[in-house]
Amino acid sequence: MSVVLNAAEIARALRRIAHEILEKNHGSSEVILLGIPTRGVVIAQRLAQEILGIENAEVALGTLDITMYRDDLRMRAPRPLTPTQLPKTGIDAKHVVLVDDVFFSGRTVRAALDALNELGRPKTVQLAVLIDRGHRELPIRADFVGKNIPTAKTESVKVNLSEIDGSDEVKIEGRSM
Amino acid sequence: MRDLLSINDLTKDDALEILDTAVHLSDLSDSSSRKFPTLRGRTVVNLFFEDSTRTRISFEAAAKRLSADVINFSAKGSSVSKGESLKDTALTLQAMGADAVIIRHGSSGAPAQLARKRWIDGAVINAGDGTHEHPTQALLDAFTIRRHLRKDLGDLAGLKIAVVGDVLHSRVARSNVLLLQKLGAAVVLVAPPTLLPVGVEHWGAQVSFAIDEVIAECDAVMMLRVQKERMEDLFFPSEREYARNFGLNAARIAAMKESAIVMHPGPMNRGLEITAEGADSKRSVIVEQVANGVSVRMAVLYLLIGGATSRDLAVQIGEQS
Amino acid sequence: MNSWLIKNARDLQGKAVDLAVVNGQIVDIKELHQPYLEVDAKGLTLMPGLVDLHTHLREPGREDAETVLTASQAAVAGGYTAISAMPNTLPVADTAGVVEQVYRLGKSHGLCDVFPIGAVTVGQKGEQLAELVAMNQSEARVRLFSDDGYCVADPLVMRRALEYVKLFDGVVAQHAQDPRLTENAQMNEGEVSARLGLKGWPAVAEEAIIARDILLAEHVNSRLHICHLTTAGGVELVRQAKLRGVKVTAEVTPHHLLLTDEMAATYDATYKVNPPLRTENDVQALRRGLADGTIDIVATDHAPHPQEAKDCEWSAAAFGMLGLETAFSICYLAMVKSGLMSVADLWQRMSIAPAKLARYENHGELTEGRTANFVLVDLNKTWKVDAGALKSKSKNTPYDGMELPAVVEKTFHNGVLVYDRENQGREGA
Repeated sequence: MSVVLNAAEIARALRRIAHEILEKNHGSSEVILLGIPTRGVVIAQRLAQEILGIENAEVALGTLDITMYRDDLRMRAPRPLTPTQLPKTGIDAKHVVLVDDVFFSGRTVRAALDALNELGRPKTVQLAVLIDRGHRELPIRADFVGKNIPTAKTESVKVNLSEIDGSDEVKIEGRSM
Repeated sequence: MRDLLSINDLTKDDALEILDTAVHLSDLSDSSSRKFPTLRGRTVVNLFFEDSTRTRISFEAAAKRLSADVINFSAKGSSVSKGESLKDTALTLQAMGADAVIIRHGSSGAPAQLARKRWIDGAVINAGDGTHEHPTQALLDAFTIRRHLRKDLGDLAGLKIAVVGDVLHSRVARSNVLLLQKLGAAVVLVAPPTLLPVGVEHWGAQVSFAIDEVIAECDAVMMLRVQKERMEDLFFPSEREYARNFGLNAARIAAMKESAIVMHPGPMNRGLEITAEGADSKRSVIVEQVANGVSVRMAVLYLLIGGATSRDLAVQIGEQS
Repeated sequence: MNSWLIKNARDLQGKAVDLAVVNGQIVDIKELHQPYLEVDAKGLTLMPGLVDLHTHLREPGREDAETVLTASQAAVAGGYTAISAMPNTLPVADTAGVVEQVYRLGKSHGLCDVFPIGAVTVGQKGEQLAELVAMNQSEARVRLFSDDGYCVADPLVMRRALEYVKLFDGVVAQHAQDPRLTENAQMNEGEVSARLGLKGWPAVAEEAIIARDILLAEHVNSRLHICHLTTAGGVELVRQAKLRGVKVTAEVTPHHLLLTDEMAATYDATYKVNPPLRTENDVQALRRGLADGTIDIVATDHAPHPQEAKDCEWSAAAFGMLGLETAFSICYLAMVKSGLMSVADLWQRMSIAPAKLARYENHGELTEGRTANFVLVDLNKTWKVDAGALKSKSKNTPYDGMELPAVVEKTFHNGVLVYDRENQGREGA
């Protein structure tokens, strides 16, 4: 098991992503950060903090539960649901930035796109991820990436965030040393 | 959870899981026709042997909002229908490949028969059997109470709920007593002695013949429908006497706690068990109960057939071998 | 072949015994000459054949459920050499013609004695007395009368019936069930029925009729028999009446000695029966009542029903369970294995006591000169109930799959081997 990002590196990556989001979208006024539970929500909150620090303006924030849109539901017992909360202004004509911790097969994001479909028509949908570990199974790409980490399919990437796990770090497990 | 036949099939955690799932499904409830693809390809059958527009529509809406295919089967078999009616009907549905069968029947125990004898392979959901139980009604009632009095969180410990009316014949009462207690609430049953079952003393609920003595301490008052035909069977002498002593009228509403709510599973007999003041008062959550019913039934369908069912697993094992 | 030598058996007291049969009668061994067949009854208990005073044969009218033939086959498999046909057939057995028909059918099959019970009222409607004397004087020589299935609810009708049967030393057997208190009732009224949402059948509906009829029988000095007693209160009423000298007798079914209303919790209509299964307290009171003689006899209330009448929702299902083939085993389990009775005393309640009550002459005794109606039973073996293999045409037994004690090996009726468990199909040899 090896640590590929420590707390300081995570913080730097998120700060950079925050800048990139602001740059691409010409500020934060039309942006909505939607975190995908569980850890995507924490990362979205941190990005919002960063943006507040940079622009001195609050960016719209929400969570998007994608459980009901997953394509693998029937492979195991039903998964528990998590909350969905959108800003009161809705998502129409906004730049929705989906936020997640690890980008892997792309199926989670596909489910998120389906979920968004029901909720409105954003102007654009963008994707911000802390870690991109490759092995895409669908033609989906990320707009903002914290760190690219090549992995073997058998390995697993664990993101720990202090709000949930007590500490900040990204680890890879199952890698032979 | 394979079937939902009785509240006794659920542990406290199961019940809370259903309620919590319903909460999330009702997020963004102003986009009230929010649809999910989750049960696409699943077939849900409404097998109603008793007329019931509201429950059937509620289940139909729930199934459709999960993108399931819905088949409505209204079998006008009466209470003297022979075994072939239920059994053969069930076997026919089985042949059509129903993933879930929602059954309402005039005989207590009919859903249990379907499930136990496995005439139906899919999930069996009891939508009301005779005078036995109506589990999804109790779940939506608990959901409604929890929304108003516990902000959608946790259980119902510390709350006192009155269930008023024809307890003897009420499947709603039975399911509610079981579920409310399971979730930690105290229950008081209020009815004339003729409308309480022999053996009610084993239910763990307080029993009272006088609504005025208990109404002020209740956080929710659930009025049960009283059938006028009960007068012919000598359960009470007249509508007037019943309404006067057990009806929810303006005076009793005024005696209720500030935060207390009024509930009714519907359909109401305005003027008998509940007056217009009661039904239309700002304490009444009766209309909201109906909307909550759809969310709760969506949750039940999701938890029963949204994930892998035994049939799915059997197919997977078959594919692997 | 109707000369037999039964060797090495034990009697009900455990004493070694041999038995000789010639031409349908028990004889002294000295009178036995070749040719005769020998049966080595080592390890088996010899007892006079069992007598049932409450059997539903369904013929005429419901031959889809059972016939006199299949009921007789079930009876001898259960060790019964006499059964009594309840009159709730189609047409009702309320005339000499119908009771004679049933009697002759039984005789023609020759497996066990079939004694018809006549209806008390015309059509069992409870309004007008049927021609009881005509039935008594018919070939069937009916002495027991019952509207079983229905209660003789009108007190005046019951009084008249009790008075009238004194003409010929008859007995009125009451099915105690107040119709008004049990309209559409499904199971015992109590904690279980409240939980299951099934309409309750209160004990008082049975006990109130029993109390009334005991007083009537006392008043007119006539013989009263209470069918299928099921409650502790009923047992106590009969006990007190007997202490006063009232001529009342009572029966209990095997299932009421074993099963309680908890069995209904699965909504399996196999357990739906009239009168209903009651509480554990009632079961214990019935067992004590049978042991101390308050309850005089065991009667099966064998009630066959076709599959579609049971394979449905509870409220649509018919009332009743099979009983003949499992009766002795169930009673043995409930009474002897539990230590409440000796096998000899149990046998008494199931053979000689019913024979005496109904005045059946050829059953219950195995002394020289008596008709050879007897059974060889292995009390040390067990058997597994397989509903599909039962002789009855119907399969509605609550004991399917159970391992029960006491195996009936051979049954002899009028000196003829009518049931041979080992060599089935070769009886009559």
